[in-house]
Amino acid sequence: MSTEKFKEWYENRHEYQRDWKKRTDGKIVGYFCTYVPEEIFYAFDVLPIRILGSHDVQDVTEPHLFAMFCPFCRDVLAQGLKGKYDYLDGIILAQSCLHLRQAFTSWDIHRNPGWSYFLPMPNHVQSPRAIPFLVGEYELLIKKLEDLTGKKITNSDLKMGINIMNSVRRVMKEIYEFRKQDYPPINGVESMYMTCSQFVTDAREWLPVAEDVKEELKIRKLERDPGKRLLLVGSENDEIEFIQMVETLGERESIGATVVIEEHCTTTRYFWDQVEESNSDPLTAIAKRYVSRTPCPSKDWPQRSRLQRILKFARDFKVDGAIVIQQKFCDPHEADIPFVLKFLEDNGIPTYFLEFDVTTAVGPFSIRVEAFLETLEAEDDLF
Amino acid sequence: MAEYQTEPLKCWQKAKELRNNYYKNYVTARDNGGLRWMGSAWAFDAVPAGLGKDVYCITGEPYGASCAFDKPLSAKFLKAAENFGFARDLCAYMRNYWGSILADEFAFGGKYPRADFGWSQHICCSHAKWYQNACELEGGNVPLFVVDVGAGAYPPFEPEMYEHRVKYVADQLMDGIEWLEKVTDRKYNDELFLEAAWNDIRSTNKWAEICMLNRAIPTPMDEKTIYSLYVFGVLQKSNGEFANFYDELYDEVKDRVNRGIAAVGNEKVRWMSDTQPPWGFLKIYRYMEMWGAVSVGSLYTYGLTGMWLYDEKNSDLKPRPLPPTKPRTREEACMMLADWHLSKPEYQHFYHPEYKTKMMDAIAKNWKCDGIILHYNRGCEGLSIGIAENRLGLIERGNKVMTYEGNMGDEQEFDETATINRIDIFLETLGLQKPTNLTEL
Repeated sequence: MSTEKFKEWYENRHEYQRDWKKRTDGKIVGYFCTYVPEEIFYAFDVLPIRILGSHDVQDVTEPHLFAMFCPFCRDVLAQGLKGKYDYLDGIILAQSCLHLRQAFTSWDIHRNPGWSYFLPMPNHVQSPRAIPFLVGEYELLIKKLEDLTGKKITNSDLKMGINIMNSVRRVMKEIYEFRKQDYPPINGVESMYMTCSQFVTDAREWLPVAEDVKEELKIRKLERDPGKRLLLVGSENDEIEFIQMVETLGERESIGATVVIEEHCTTTRYFWDQVEESNSDPLTAIAKRYVSRTPCPSKDWPQRSRLQRILKFARDFKVDGAIVIQQKFCDPHEADIPFVLKFLEDNGIPTYFLEFDVTTAVGPFSIRVEAFLETLEAEDDLF
Repeated sequence: MAEYQTEPLKCWQKAKELRNNYYKNYVTARDNGGLRWMGSAWAFDAVPAGLGKDVYCITGEPYGASCAFDKPLSAKFLKAAENFGFARDLCAYMRNYWGSILADEFAFGGKYPRADFGWSQHICCSHAKWYQNACELEGGNVPLFVVDVGAGAYPPFEPEMYEHRVKYVADQLMDGIEWLEKVTDRKYNDELFLEAAWNDIRSTNKWAEICMLNRAIPTPMDEKTIYSLYVFGVLQKSNGEFANFYDELYDEVKDRVNRGIAAVGNEKVRWMSDTQPPWGFLKIYRYMEMWGAVSVGSLYTYGLTGMWLYDEKNSDLKPRPLPPTKPRTREEACMMLADWHLSKPEYQHFYHPEYKTKMMDAIAKNWKCDGIILHYNRGCEGLSIGIAENRLGLIERGNKVMTYEGNMGDEQEFDETATINRIDIFLETLGLQKPTNLTEL
């Protein structure tokens, strides 16, 4: 199955990226948050790759990051401080949460690859003023990328970048459609490998593999009982080990589950929304997309717009329950979580809350998730 | 034996009265048909002033600090927030504030006075979420408008102040005025707005000028006193009475400097702090004064209320001069306020810790500090952002730095004994000897 390729890329991201540089003689810029417009980087023929953590215990960030900030930002910074990304030509952060900002700025101070940029992505995305502001910021970013590459770009380069990223989003959504089936031919772990492998590879090399996967899924059948259908909601999540544990519970216990949909910035918040390709002004079209995409909770105000999309996912993917996941100390999500939990419960979706750290507490989580699944079973018995 | 003459501030009583009236006005606003609004200490409070002279506000941060000062009350509020489901590591002001709503109890007595609308600003992850949730906790029908000021750093930390950045903020203010008219059903008065906008600018300029006077040896104001005075800039910087009070305060502090009046008679060592203090434990400042160590201020107390510009060439921090003319139209006032506030020193560190390190180093050098004590404040992610890099940067620039961990608004996260032990060691490294006649804290 071609999904194996996603896993290989995700697990060997540094080898892939080093090899990519060698093969193409191109430039790679690491980005820290999905509000960075990859379209513009592809327009410059620069490879944007997302910097994720390693989920390994580390001891290098303590002098740089006060311990009250989230484990994800510390894990990300550790990658930089340990020199794991020494092949990068630049780093960029789009304004999102304060946690990742520190990973970016400490990286900038101590491991600056020679090009770094902070993009003031607007926070007030529900304001009509956000789009013109963001267009102005994109114009500054383009000048900065001209410095990096020595190139100028045209609207047709931008349209090419839009086309690449829209193709990625389109095929991801098409693959997600298979997860709506009663017996999904792709499980949550494979889906997570699919979305996260795209962060670390050249979309132009990732796309043909994704298209193959899509074709294979049309006839694929998984020899397993999907069990309870789960929705994951919350902070940054590439917790493969956790999803693996959830989806193999049924092999060890009387009850099992499949993650059929997620609302994370590693999955649907990243890819669900397209850039409007018919817009004659590509920069405005890109800005519109990033302003109107499903927001990170740090930008989801004054209306809490995420809730309706989460509910739609829950219904469309016929979930039995939701696990709300939060990276420890993640303030934007912490401010939302009581309301997310209540909203889901009020809409008849049982929920369970888990707090994550750098490493996954698979053992304790296993017991807790199993108990949650049993409560879902009990509800089935009642009705 | 005191080396310097000292005396109390003459305007102290007036400051207390102004502060008490501020909260009283908020509580009683509706008695005569007035309006109440809630929002951040950094909200553009001049804008709602255009709704009339009977419009009063409560700003969340100083209110949260007031709750924190009363430890039993704070414990009750924090528990109420936790019981609702809010994480204990969220902003402690915010949790005190939400807890006060949930407990339906006002820190200054009576039931919690609910707001008619929310008007705030956003640069920290928690700012807009604070009032989004507060509006929901107050019944779900309190309308909210938030102005995003995350529009990038101000020169010299950026090559220039790009016009689209100022316009982004100014346009939101313009939209906000229309929104205010709609949700209050009141006609907006531009004259009142223009007056309030100028009050905002002159009060924040004057506060910086007052803090400049603290360069004097002996320092005319210690930081514990400053906490009681800077607060007007975070309660309502556009309030004419507050702006006038800062004019009086400036004259009095200048007079103290001229006469050599010290805040602390035995000033031997000058130090600066950072971020909000643990409000329930301000006695640590008095403890250090017994050693002869006086905190002369911080970027926090100088820059939260005051408007400054960093002078890259001379590594100095100077009050931002008043604009040459007052604003004459609504549009002009919005642009002027946007540009003015985007230069706020306490906004700059949100973009890079280096900016804050430079400004802190400028204070350390130009206010003649012997040491720096950083509060690793678990209660505020916004002001603790980058603080570990500030420590490294300040040490690299030759400063002596101590850190302690605590929480501005949650006493459960402050270890008094351990902090005092650290302070003792630090003060000894600054050349002081522990006094033999130390009284119990």
